[in-house]
This record gives sequence, C-alpha cells and structure tokens, in this order.
Amino acid sequence: MLHFSKFKITGIALLMLVGVMFALPNFMREETRLSLPDFVPSGTLNLGLDLQGGSHLLLSVDTDSVQRERLEDLTSDIRLALRGERIGYSGLSRIDNGVSVTIRDAADMEKAATVLQDLAQPVSGGVLTSFEQRADLDVENTQGQTFVLRATPDAIAARNTRTVQQSIEIIRRRVDELGTTEPTIQRQGEKRILVQVPGLDDPERLKALLGQTAKMNFHLVDQTINGYDVVGGKRPPAGSRLVYTDTEPEVPYVIRRRAIVSGERLVDASVGFDQQTNAPEVNFRFDTLGGRKFGEVTQANIGRPFAIVLDDKVISAPIIQSAILGGSGRITGNFSVQEANDLAILLRAGALPAPMSILEERTVGPGLGADSVAAGRIALIVGFFAVIGFMVVSYSLFGLFANVALIANLLLIMAVLSGLQATLTLPGIAGIVLTVGMAVDANVLIFERIREELALDKAPIIAIDMGYSRALSTIFDANVTTFLAAIILFQLGSGPIRGFAITLAIGIVTSVFTAFVLTRLFVALWLRRQGKPEALPL
Amino acid sequence: MKTLKLVPANTAIGFIRHRTIAMSLSLVLVIASIGVFLANGLNFGIDFRGGTLIEASAESPVDLGELRGRLGALNLGEVQIQEFGKNTDVLIRIAEAEGATDASNNLSAVERVRGELARDFDVRRVEIVGPQVSAELIQTGLMAVVAAIASMLIYIWFRFEWQFSVGAVLALVHDVALTIGIFAMLQLDFNLSILAAILTIVGYSMNDTVVVYDRVRENLRKYKKMDLSELLNIAINETLSRTVMTSVTTMLALLALYLLGGEVIRGFTFAMIWGVIVGTYSSIFIASPLLMLLGVKRDWSGTQVN
Repeated sequence: MLHFSKFKITGIALLMLVGVMFALPNFMREETRLSLPDFVPSGTLNLGLDLQGGSHLLLSVDTDSVQRERLEDLTSDIRLALRGERIGYSGLSRIDNGVSVTIRDAADMEKAATVLQDLAQPVSGGVLTSFEQRADLDVENTQGQTFVLRATPDAIAARNTRTVQQSIEIIRRRVDELGTTEPTIQRQGEKRILVQVPGLDDPERLKALLGQTAKMNFHLVDQTINGYDVVGGKRPPAGSRLVYTDTEPEVPYVIRRRAIVSGERLVDASVGFDQQTNAPEVNFRFDTLGGRKFGEVTQANIGRPFAIVLDDKVISAPIIQSAILGGSGRITGNFSVQEANDLAILLRAGALPAPMSILEERTVGPGLGADSVAAGRIALIVGFFAVIGFMVVSYSLFGLFANVALIANLLLIMAVLSGLQATLTLPGIAGIVLTVGMAVDANVLIFERIREELALDKAPIIAIDMGYSRALSTIFDANVTTFLAAIILFQLGSGPIRGFAITLAIGIVTSVFTAFVLTRLFVALWLRRQGKPEALPL
Repeated sequence: MKTLKLVPANTAIGFIRHRTIAMSLSLVLVIASIGVFLANGLNFGIDFRGGTLIEASAESPVDLGELRGRLGALNLGEVQIQEFGKNTDVLIRIAEAEGATDASNNLSAVERVRGELARDFDVRRVEIVGPQVSAELIQTGLMAVVAAIASMLIYIWFRFEWQFSVGAVLALVHDVALTIGIFAMLQLDFNLSILAAILTIVGYSMNDTVVVYDRVRENLRKYKKMDLSELLNIAINETLSRTVMTSVTTMLALLALYLLGGEVIRGFTFAMIWGVIVGTYSSIFIASPLLMLLGVKRDWSGTQVN
C-alpha cells in the first residue's frame, strides 16, 4: 500500500497539474483569461441563474391544437378526394383523434378504400434509424361501409417534434431581440420547452413576448351586419365571424373568415412614428406575393374598413383610404413605444405554430444572486477553516496531510465543474461545503484504523499499511451509497437541485481520490524521509 | 504532539445492552412523527402545492400589517406574508387558484404584485409553479426517495446479507420519518430543496451505517464463537471514534452554511443538520441492534477475509 512507483507518482502529479490548469481560469481576471492561448483551458465555473440572476421559464406547447388542425385539413382532403372520384358518402365527421366517413354505395367500397389509402403519405422527418418509411395515416374499415382514418403514432410524434422545433426557433428569434447574452432554449420531454435567460432586468416583458402566438392576419370587415347585433344574438352571415378588439371595453367586429393576406407573408416590421401625431406605430412589409394580393384587395375595397387581427383580437380596423400598392403598410393603434416595439419584434420573429402556456417560472434578481454568491463564499471559507483546524487538532501532521488533500479536492471539484461546463448553483455551493465536511471522512476512517492497529502494538509502518488496506473496502461501500443518492437526486432534479447533485457526485469521486491516493502518497513520502519512525504523529 | 481525541480509545459502552430503551424511544418518535404528519400535514411550499412566491426587499423595516392590507386590496385570494431573514425583507406567497390548469393566473397575480410593490420594494425573486408541474414534482419526489432507499437496499444486500440490508433500510426509514416529523411539527416550508436534503440524509446515514456494518462483518469472521450482542457492541465501539469525528466535521461545515449561507438555503441546511444528528444516532442505536432482532448468519468461513 505504501509503495509508489516513479511512474505512479508522475501520474498523480500530472493529474493534479491538469486539475490546477482547469481550475486556474477561475482565479484570473477576465482580460488575462481571454488572452490565454487556445490549448490552455480557459472556461470558468458557469454560475446558475440563482447566482447570477435571470429567468427560468418552462413552457408547454399546445401540440394538440396542431393535431386538431391536421384533422380538419384531413376532413376537407377526404371530401375533395371522394368528390373527385364521384363516390357518394355521408357522415363525414371528426371523431375522437380521427375522421370517420361512410360510403353510400357498397359497390364503391373498393375504390373508396384505394382513394382514402392514397391520402396517406410517408411520415416526414421521423426517426432516422428506421429505414422503412411508415405511413402517416391509418385507414380502417371499422364496420359496414364506414371508414375511420387516424393519424399513426409515428405521424403524431413527428408532427409534435416539428411543432416544438419550430416553436424553439421562433422563441430563439424573439429572445434574441431582447439582446440578452447566452439564453438557453431547449426541448424538454415531449412538448415542453425550457427557456433560461440570464441577467434579465424585465422578466415580465420576456413573458409577454413568449406568451403570444402572434398570428397576424388581415381580414375585410363584413359590413352587412353590425357587430353589436351579433353580440345581441343574431347569427353572423356564412363565411363571417365575430371577433373583439383588445381594448377595454371590447368592441365587436364581424370579419370575413377568409384572410386577405396572412402574417406569413410579412418579411419585415419595425417601429415608426406618425408624422402628424408623433404616436408610435408599426411599419411592415409584405413579400412580393403578399404585396400584390394586398394591393389588389385594397384597390377593390377603397372606403371600406379592414381589420388587422392578432391572435384573434382586432388590434386596428382602419378604413382603406387608397390602394396600398407598395407592399408595405403601417399599423396605428393605441400603442406605447414599448408595445409598438414588442409587436414589431413579434411580427419579425414570426408566429408560433401552436399556442404556448407558461408552466413554471423562477426568476432571481441580480441583487439576490450576488448576495447568495457572497454568502456561499463566506460559508465555504468558514466551514473550510473550521474543518482543517479541527483535523490538525485531531490528527496533527496526518491531519495536515488530509488538509492538503482537502485543498486539492476543492481544486479538483472546481476543475471538473469548469471542464464539464457544469452549472454551479446555490445548492451546488452547499454541496461543496458539505463535501468539505464529508471529504475528510475517508481520511478519518484510515487514521482511526491506523490508531487501532497501533493500539495492537503493531510497528508504525505496518499499522499504516494495514490502516489503508483495511479501510479501503469500507470507504468504497460507504461512498457508493452516497453516490447512488447523488445520481437519483440528479435524475429527480431540476436546475438548482441538479447543481447540488452534480457537485455532490463530483465531490465524492474527488474526495475518495484525494483522501485515498493523495494522502497515502504524502504519508509514503514522509515515511521514506523518516526511515523507520518509532511513533506516529497521529 | 498531543492530539485531541473526542472519543477515548478502547471504549466499551454498552450500546447493545440498552437497545430496548433506544428502540422503544425511536419507535415512539417514529409513531409520533407519523401522528404529527397526519394531524398537521406538511407545510408544502409552492414546488409541491403550486402557486407563487415573491421575495422582496425594502429600504426600511417593513410594516407587515400595512403590506398585507395593500396586497389584500388586489384580491389575489389566499396571500401569506412573512418576514424573511431580516426585517426589511419579506416573502409573499400566493396560493394556487382553484381549478387552474396552467400558470396564467399566477402570472397575472405576479404582474399586479410587482406593480404594487414597485414604488418601495425591490423584487428579488419570483417563483411560479403551475399545478401540472407541482403534481409532477410530488410524483418524481416520492419516486426519488423510494428509488434511493430501494437502491440502498439492493446494494447492501449485494455486498452483505439480507439482514444487513433490512436493518440499514429500517434505519433509513427511521431517519426519513423523523425528518418529515420535525418539518410537520414546526410547520417549516417543505419544498424541493428539503427533498434534496432528505435524499442527501439517506446517503449520509447509509454511509454511517455501512461503516459500522463493515466492522460487524469483519468481526463476524474474526470472532466465530462470540456472543452476537457482544460482537455488535465491539464493532460499534471500535467505529465510534470515526462516527463522531465525521459527524463533527460535517456538522462544522453545515453550521457554517446554516449561519452564513443566507436565507435561501437555511431550510435545506436545517434539514441536513437534523439529518446528520438523527442519522448518526440511528447508525449506532438502531441499525446494529436491528441485526440482533433479525438474526445474522454466523458461519462466515466460506467468505474471504480481505
């Protein structure tokens, strides 16, 4: 146990050197760090949102709405396909996650089956590992002459994935507009998105930006009926529907269902100011196709109002003064500068493919984060000195060895955290402080064992050797259990708790290494210089 | 050089002799904990109950009554306000609205509270947990504790004998029960970080128990004919010095955290301190005496001495 080959000593020294190199950037000033050559590690500890301040938002994408839209499209596809083949049908309707249709004439059954089957397409963007292309529709002749068409699980999964990915893209564009540094936006589980934005001064604005679908459409206002009459109970004409303004009190409008131009045709939006009133407004521009369409419709409807509808709310309903031909226009409303600015951001970033809701928010102000860092640092320093003081008092020189190992341990934890670019959270700091307390345990086990062997009148060198070898299995068993707890904690955890689990797990590994290998090396080197000591300073 | 020895060498304290007292005491405490838990329940934080938490800090000491009046006027439903660490800091908790499915109610509540506090407070922290997430956190939390204990059970079984694993796990259940008991009794905020503390306690207490058990196993090989109660007692006494030393160093670090680490993790460190006390006690007084009750295989001749 006490023999270390040159080779082994070099290995340990090298490992420590690498540890120091990875830990060192944390003690450097920013400029020094950035001027380091590329081959030297320069990453520092990543502070979690609870330490540097920022917002953590968990969003849920309403993927069901996309599936519903898909079924609606499918219903009209079925109608067109059957009509195209002149197949009589009845009872075309949406049933729970599918569409049902009954063929009138039994003679048409075979043809209908083919026609319906042809509606199925291979699942796009599905799992790359399966070479077999699967269909997105499952056509089933359930009973008699009734067919039921359902989206296959593959198709649903692929569509959900696409919806979430598109949402992430849109969210990224919106968050980037806020000009914050390094936001994290990632998919979590099937239909959730985790957004983490460090150092944000106005989390409410972030939420406002993320909470809106921002689907903007331009509709003509149906002037054959007054909005208030529809509110009073009259039915709107076919092809028209009732919407409200986003103002207080709400004003009802009846608009044509079919949009003149949809928001997808927008290519740019920016804030401007009205030349006369100086009120903020949003200027926008369509692409060529959208511009042409908008020009045609406005030309044909001069003097009539049209409505700009955002997420099913009318934000403005101006009268068309003249044909708008250039492909660009402006939205005036009762905007504040910030509101106009946000609307422009939303229009530029594009609409979300599905509505989203916020499931969880955790925001920490930068003040609290800084306070937590300061408190954590003081606790770490005080805890550290208390423990090393106690170790020296209890085990004198051997305690000192253990303390050097403890310092090495802290450096290694820092190195691993910096190297892995893991996030240090407040519970993570607690994990490190706790590690300081528990890290000496392995050494305590060994030293106590050595004392026991000495009490049995064994020679010091033998006692040390026995102490290390006998304590090994205990140290192993004892640390595996804590490590198991840390792994489970990591699985369970979100954000900060994960940070705790990571530091705890890293701390266990490094503390076993430093206690068992490093102090043993110190003891062995010390013994080599001492020759055969009569008694041990223990 | 004279070194400090908290526990003198060669102790022979009759831990096992007093096992009936210790076990009865623990049994009473566990039953009391369950009783308090059933009677009072836990004061679940927003992580598990859903709702909103706002930490705010003012320049001057806060008049809680006045603030209560101001926020009460916003009609947010059940609002709790308490001092947080200092008399200039407050913690505001807004309960989840009945029948909510996402966090939209909480979001608008936060906006209104922020507006109300803007003129004299600095909002330092906002946490909103919607009902969906809190339900999941309860589920994963319970699963994690069960998984942790089960994995210990299997590991110890694998490394020792089934009696050891049952004994160790009963000691763990004892520690977890007493921790939940004290939180139910004092009605301290029980949130996700307390759950993390409980899992860490599970690891720590297991660590302690394994050290004693390891010595028991070693002695079982060494003293083949010795009376089991004496053998267990020797093992506990031999490891006593280490048990106390490690508890002391861990406690030193935890006390530093508790006193200086800030208000946010105080609940966590409190749970840990309590857990270290209970865990150390249970490794000495519960885990080993349980081996007496469960009966241990005495013929270890087939196994290797390492």
